[in-house]
Amino acid sequence: MAELSIVEAINDCLHAELERDPSVLVMGEDVGRAGGVFRATAGLRNRFGPDRCVDTPLSEAGIMGTAVGLAMAGWRPVCEMQYDAFSYPALDQLINHVGRYRWRTRGAMEFPITVRMPYGGGVRAPELHDDSPETYYVHTPGVKVAIPSTPADAKGLLAAAIRDADPVVVLEPKLHYRTERGEVPEGEHVVPLGRARIAREGSDVTLVAYGSMVPLAERAAAELEAEASAEVLDLRSLKPLDEDALLRSAAKTGRVVVVQEAPRVCGFAAEVAAILAEKAILDLHGPVLRVTGYDTPYPYWQLEAAYMPSVARVRDAVRRLLEF
Amino acid sequence: MAQVVPAEAGLQRVIGDGAAPESTVDGLDDPDLLELYRDLVLLRTYDERSVVYQRQGRIGTYAPFWGHEAMQVGAAFALEREDWIFPSYRESAVGLLRGMSPATVLQWWRGHPSGWWNPGDYNVASICVPIATHVPHAAGLAWGKKLRGERTCALVFFGDGATSEGAFHEGANFAAVMRAPLVLFCNNNQWAISTPVEEQTAAAKLVDKAVGYGMPGTRVDGGDVLAVYQATSQAVARARAGEGPTLIEAVTYRMAPHGTADDPSAYIDTERVEEERRNECVVRYERYLRRHGLLTDQLADEIRAQALEVMRASIGVVEAEPPPDLSLIFDHAYAAPPASQAADLAELRRVVGEL
Repeated sequence: MAELSIVEAINDCLHAELERDPSVLVMGEDVGRAGGVFRATAGLRNRFGPDRCVDTPLSEAGIMGTAVGLAMAGWRPVCEMQYDAFSYPALDQLINHVGRYRWRTRGAMEFPITVRMPYGGGVRAPELHDDSPETYYVHTPGVKVAIPSTPADAKGLLAAAIRDADPVVVLEPKLHYRTERGEVPEGEHVVPLGRARIAREGSDVTLVAYGSMVPLAERAAAELEAEASAEVLDLRSLKPLDEDALLRSAAKTGRVVVVQEAPRVCGFAAEVAAILAEKAILDLHGPVLRVTGYDTPYPYWQLEAAYMPSVARVRDAVRRLLEF
Repeated sequence: MAQVVPAEAGLQRVIGDGAAPESTVDGLDDPDLLELYRDLVLLRTYDERSVVYQRQGRIGTYAPFWGHEAMQVGAAFALEREDWIFPSYRESAVGLLRGMSPATVLQWWRGHPSGWWNPGDYNVASICVPIATHVPHAAGLAWGKKLRGERTCALVFFGDGATSEGAFHEGANFAAVMRAPLVLFCNNNQWAISTPVEEQTAAAKLVDKAVGYGMPGTRVDGGDVLAVYQATSQAVARARAGEGPTLIEAVTYRMAPHGTADDPSAYIDTERVEEERRNECVVRYERYLRRHGLLTDQLADEIRAQALEVMRASIGVVEAEPPPDLSLIFDHAYAAPPASQAADLAELRRVVGEL
């Protein structure tokens, strides 16, 4: 075991996967010579050469579109989108082709494409470096979505994505790229998609979170210790979703607060609330509450601390639910 | 004779009007010349029968390619079997040139899942409906084959309207930067539904765009199957030699509606259409073959009858095929279907039964 940051764990994973499978290649803007703007791909070009760690033209739809053709030629492309909001030009390819091509061939061809990108706010960045776009991806049939919150999961979920037969979008919490450190297994390490993780045990209320909201939920749970025993459920992958873990925790605590950084309307928290309404209504002592970003553009960064879900907002929601 | 396009300069032709001596094309012997004719007739027959089947309610909305056959046949003939073709919906039946049954393509237009083929069986990608978005796929495949050290190249068909899309630009640029063995084949029929090419671009010629990508471009008469073959062969030779992509602009004029739901009389010059139809690509090639003593009435009749018979048999096959099972709504969306799909299918069967 080595203690690594999230971005180091991603780099470690990419080295291990390119070593393991000669059909894996990394492609994206500035991923080669520069090693990525966050250094997630540092060292790959030197070790595996410019054909397996490809500096591409500045062309997100071109990256996603050529990845489809590369997959048809037998490659397993790992595409980096430099930032969350820069991925939107590639949505056309993702929705119209990446998620549909396997179905179109009636399962005859596989499109094992991984798309990884730093996501989320709280980093005092200029406009459009702060988005949480997971809903667009989760809503796209044929595409899976994973979001790690720890260094070990950052490595393990990315490895699972790269090995998956289907396209997987991996959103990496850039806020915690370097601040979250933890033990990461050396060599090959795979965390299967679709298995949630109980980040903290509790009995009165469940805080459902993923990605950068997991450390926040853990802090909120710690601060609430005197008032309530809060469980933190880290979903890890939004599609496939570990419904059993969600329903188990809801049955145990009877109260659920979902924390998501993205705007509220039709966000993933709404899906979680709907599943609980359909399948766990008699287990619940009160409504499922959401703590989310607001339905506005992500704000100027001097206001971002107020916009993003905070310990105070989570605590407020938990108190309202306990008093319900 | 009417000009095929406003700007004739640089438009390559092989087939003449019979008055002046005609050039020949290297690499094509008499059996090849007749095979080209069979291919043209097969596609023409497929297209004309499909319009009839649509009118009869036997297939759904259909995008005719009447008058585009020379581009599809000439380009495909310049490829080897291992090379990949990326069609748009205007080339929906190009797989027939690779041995695909017309029944498969008819099923595609009937909305039946058996209309989706395995691209790997024919090296023909799935029909691309959203405009130009398959250009990057072709670039990626060509690049990926090159990275693997294979000699395969790819050819992507798209229309004049597609050159306005970002995906065309991104795919062309990627292919050029990666020196991918790709032929970018633009069928410029001068209309994107109702928008004329003059309102699609301010460029004097679409082929001029090649300069901006650092690749060569060729402008060819899209109604001349031999000129199309020749231009594509040259582009394929460049691709195989590691010299990267080529843009071919094949110029024709759309003589049929955009689709069976379209009424072009609202926007198109119908006199021009009539004039173009008198010199359309299959007739032009027939005249060429007759001038060179390669085609008799009897042989032409035989070839047409064979194509018609193939279509009659194919529509019979598709109409005999049972409706798709409800499971095909869910199958193949994922390699390992999520648990919810089995529950959804069970609920659907319980509520609606079977088709």
